[in-house]
Amino acid sequence: MKINDEHLKELEDEAIFVMREVAAQFERKVILFSGGKDSIVLVHLAKKAFWPAKMPFSLLHIDTGHNFEETLKFRDDLVRELGVELIVGLVQDSIDEGRVVEETGINASRNKAQSVTLLDVIDRLGIDVAVGGGRRDEEKARAKERFFSHRNEFGQWDPKNQRPELWNIFNGHKNFGEHFRVFPISNWTELDVWQYILRENIILPGLYYTHRRKIFLRNGVYLAWAPFMQLKPSEKVFEADVRCRTIGDITCTGVTLSKAQSLKEIISEIAATRVTERGGRYDDKRSEAAMEDRKKEGYF
Amino acid sequence: MRREARGKPVLGFPHTSNLGSQTPAFQINDNMEDNRNSNFKSLLRFTTAGSVDDGKSTLIGRLLYDSKSIFEDQMEHIVQSSKRLGKEDVDLSLLTDGLRAEREQGITIDVAYRYFATPSRKFIIADTPGHIQYTRNMVTGASTADLAVILIDARKGVLEQTIRHSYIAALLDIRHIIFCINKMDMVNYSEADFIKIKNDLSVLASRLNVEDVHFIPISAKYGDNVVEPSENMKWYNGLTFLRLIETIQIKKDKNSSDARFPVQTVIRPLSSDYHDYRSYAGRVAGGVFRKGDEVVVMPSMLRSRIKSIDVMNRSLAEASAGDSVSIQIEDQIDINRGDLIVKPDKLATSGQDITMMLCWFNEKPLKTGVKYFLRNNTRETSCIVKSVNYRMNINTLEKETTDELVRMNDIVNITLRTASPLSYDSYVKNNITGSIILIEEGTNETVAAGMIE
Repeated sequence: MKINDEHLKELEDEAIFVMREVAAQFERKVILFSGGKDSIVLVHLAKKAFWPAKMPFSLLHIDTGHNFEETLKFRDDLVRELGVELIVGLVQDSIDEGRVVEETGINASRNKAQSVTLLDVIDRLGIDVAVGGGRRDEEKARAKERFFSHRNEFGQWDPKNQRPELWNIFNGHKNFGEHFRVFPISNWTELDVWQYILRENIILPGLYYTHRRKIFLRNGVYLAWAPFMQLKPSEKVFEADVRCRTIGDITCTGVTLSKAQSLKEIISEIAATRVTERGGRYDDKRSEAAMEDRKKEGYF
Repeated sequence: MRREARGKPVLGFPHTSNLGSQTPAFQINDNMEDNRNSNFKSLLRFTTAGSVDDGKSTLIGRLLYDSKSIFEDQMEHIVQSSKRLGKEDVDLSLLTDGLRAEREQGITIDVAYRYFATPSRKFIIADTPGHIQYTRNMVTGASTADLAVILIDARKGVLEQTIRHSYIAALLDIRHIIFCINKMDMVNYSEADFIKIKNDLSVLASRLNVEDVHFIPISAKYGDNVVEPSENMKWYNGLTFLRLIETIQIKKDKNSSDARFPVQTVIRPLSSDYHDYRSYAGRVAGGVFRKGDEVVVMPSMLRSRIKSIDVMNRSLAEASAGDSVSIQIEDQIDINRGDLIVKPDKLATSGQDITMMLCWFNEKPLKTGVKYFLRNNTRETSCIVKSVNYRMNINTLEKETTDELVRMNDIVNITLRTASPLSYDSYVKNNITGSIILIEEGTNETVAAGMIE
């Protein structure tokens, strides 16, 4: 089995260039770290971009409190290995402080609340750039995103009035109180990310490989079951062999029925799949412009 | 699904469950070795230009659909949206309109990037809207493209906008253009109509000095010559659109072979293991650097040799255009972000008075005599526009001298003066060291893009 991965070098060179531009143009820099594969790839690229120096970023994790346990362990191990600072923003704190009202009901999720916590942390710590693993192929609003994406003093994105971005010249100029979101892997697809993980031998949390888990079906998406989740009467919890295609808050991360044990098996599966990875993300199913609306509010 | 649609005049609403039987867009097989020779560019970036209703979004939708790059959930989505908008057919253009305002108004506002892969190549499409701020968007999309796809309505032939689109592609130094003569179904797939348009376009292309030009008669709506050869145009013997973009020879690096390394940042670990380590991080913008090469740092003109070229734990014998590396230098000399490392026999141009073609992006007109930030790759300095030498009429390709203000979407030739010397090349020689943007002080907006003469 051979995979055409020549283009990965060009994507990597581009991403490393962007990482270095971030280092040169900003002061208080963080990588948004979710424990998902995209943020793990970002960390790998940052390592490569500044070797043998330590990467000039802290890792920022916005913690909804509804995590897959494996994610937190993976995060802590990684931070120890890198020797960088870890900043954790707790959504629970924002709720306790009355900064955000928690959703209730069957589809309750803290996904949207994360934006409030994220912007609070950015503001409190004077962060002027947050590097994220967003990719343009993920979602149609993301397809309009710049590499260097400006956020106003309210942390908002104005998609209709973005700065033109030409060649490889990135304009990170901003006024006090504003910040940037930067997406070095904008041009990567899901398949590129997996091929790169294989090529670079990057270690991922076990959640991405097949494992036995309690799940249930909701609106055509398999969700991992956790004790705090409310079920509808018709929803039944059962065990199955699954893996995650994306990892986010447990309440809205769909899982895929799969027996893939190795990266090669995962890549074959993805290459043949007929559903986008965000097709399994419950947070995107709320409305046609769900992602655009959240991004305008300051979402990742 | 596609074959069903072919016999009918329209692409009907598919049963999305049928899509599951399609073969995957990306198959892992041994054929992938076919195109692996050193000159084949496995990642092709192209830009699409067209005007309202010329079927550009439909072409992209058709390409993604027929190459099986549309996923089930995306297809289901546009089927539902088409129905909700009261459309008779599935509107494939809904795939590319990502923002709420775009869907509501049925227009494309901003450049959208699309991705798809076939077993031989990966493609990045910069889909640029044809009407609102067309120049700004086209220039942006074209700045990173290897190839431009320009759509022409077969009923209308070469229009002003065709000239405009072709000019911008040529201005941005895109060396390959594919003209898709679309809506052939509306002219009864007439070969004579196609030939007439092709002849007109050939004249235009030679006027613009585009080196590699292709013409394909298509119907994006029905799929003729997009992925599959057309049953309706047996007179056309050329490649289908997909086959052409899969196989077209694009030079990996069109820039000149003069070695160029703009320094992004300095890497100094200051750790016990790497106490004295110091390297200069950047992406090679032209030519090749080898270990041991004598180099000159511009603008200081200090000389030294390359001690090592590093990429995480590895030392490379050489680095060529496109490679992100870090370079260690033999001597302790002062090198900073924005400096340009070159070789002594191929220096870049150095100067403060620079003439260029400038495309103005902002609603506020260009002000001469006012300070802007100028960014040339990694170097930033201040500048003042001294003179507007002429304006390009991009509909007639004539140079005009007027005293009118330079407004949004205007393309002009200007001379500016920088606060400190810039080390640059002409844009045609090197797209990276020859391009600049202007940033307005205060608003920090990117107000213009320039291509140095």
